Amino acid sequence: MSEDFRALNEALGRLLPRLLPGCDGIAGLQRLSAGATLQTWAFDAVGAGAPQPLILRRSPGGLRGAESLPLADEAALLRALAAGSPSLQPVLAEVLHVATPDDGLGDGFIMRRVAGETIPRKIQRDAAFAAARPQLVGQLGAALAAIHRADPATLPALPRRGLQATLDKLQARCESLARPNPVFAYALRWLQQHRPDPAGERLALVHGDYRLGNVIVDDGGLAAVLDWEIAHLGDPAEDLAWLCLPPWRFGRIGQPVAGLGPREQLFQAYQAAGGGPVDAARVRWWQAAGSLRWGLGCAGMREWFDSGRDPSVERAMIARRVSENEIDLLRLIAPRRDAQALWPEAA
Amino acid sequence: MGPPRSLRSLPPEGAPDGFGRPGATGMLDGPAGPDLLQAVARLLRDTLLPQLPPHAAFQARVAANALDLAAREWQLAPAAQAAAQARLRGLLGQDGPAQALEAELCRRIADGRVAADDPALLQHLWTGTLDRLAIDQPAYAPYRHEIAAKE
Repeated sequence: MSEDFRALNEALGRLLPRLLPGCDGIAGLQRLSAGATLQTWAFDAVGAGAPQPLILRRSPGGLRGAESLPLADEAALLRALAAGSPSLQPVLAEVLHVATPDDGLGDGFIMRRVAGETIPRKIQRDAAFAAARPQLVGQLGAALAAIHRADPATLPALPRRGLQATLDKLQARCESLARPNPVFAYALRWLQQHRPDPAGERLALVHGDYRLGNVIVDDGGLAAVLDWEIAHLGDPAEDLAWLCLPPWRFGRIGQPVAGLGPREQLFQAYQAAGGGPVDAARVRWWQAAGSLRWGLGCAGMREWFDSGRDPSVERAMIARRVSENEIDLLRLIAPRRDAQALWPEAA
Repeated sequence: MGPPRSLRSLPPEGAPDGFGRPGATGMLDGPAGPDLLQAVARLLRDTLLPQLPPHAAFQARVAANALDLAAREWQLAPAAQAAAQARLRGLLGQDGPAQALEAELCRRIADGRVAADDPALLQHLWTGTLDRLAIDQPAYAPYRHEIAAKE
């Protein structure tokens, strides 16, 4: 048992009785996520009454990706959404406490732990979710509409990253790559030449990482939307496209929406829930932008690894996923003429 | 996870004699490096992983995947790099270190000196990407899909 674990166990054991009446300690502390920069821990508050399942999201060193919100801001966003968006509130985990320096937890917050599954391949394949699966695409579309309908005036200040800002940022990152990447250069040129009209842009709350893996699913379907750390004000089509990115289909590439269903079903549910009209060409542009963004993200992991900022094997292996995004980009914007299109990614 | 993928079926073309080829290690004794890496990957997956708590088991699985990747790189990278260099020389009409050629190609793509539908360009982008995936992520579904369509 590591020093880190022991210190955290003690800090939470001191804190929780002050937060929850009847609680006299914690039990079952267990690390869930592997990231060296953002940790997720599960534990139960115990004492009088039933144990209360909780989650700690924590960034011990404060080192985060450049796009990430501070965890206190993520918690503030969750609280604002729960208060201001009744249709979203059922799929938000309740924030219990935002860490202060006295807590000894680093940056972070504590929230209720929602029961269910996050592992994409289980959600897609396990018998336990057979009844949930037919509901999921529609539920994901409806929840996304509720996110995009949130009134920015009721939310904490968020970064603004619309179409042009995203494109400029992708260009800067392409130009600073350790290995010059011609597929990424090709994709960037395509994005510049096919850019949708920014005049039609409505900046809305964008989740930024809306996909299988960042949602909890139970036997009734969507139970919670997690991981709001790269939320920003942007183009709603960005989230619709990200949910359909090929890596987030987890092997089921013939089903564009999270490996679960067709885009039309997502768009219909989104529109029916008041998300507004969907421009498929715009979503396609954002899918290319999304693959380039994730590709650059993977490439950036190499620098984290090489510099020693995060020398973990996990980080190294994400860096070796750059080429996944290359093939996704080529299939989307430069499909091979000699290959029979078994599934028309380019359509 | 299925059984570990064997490297024995992969083509050793272009590799120097015995380089990374199981059973033919030239002046060195065997087993060759890639076989050692795969043996460690099997140890991690089959013996150690089942004894570990969930988070450590996840890390062990990632580590085993990393060893498999390194073994594939050992075997496939020399031929893939030589082929990429040859394509770039033809495409650009100049020679130099691979990275400098790639950087020059990126500049020509960015300023439009090479057309988006240039067949030699598309050939280079596709072949390089498929060669990298064969090393990095050969189980990635879109890659399997493209390889199946090609055959």
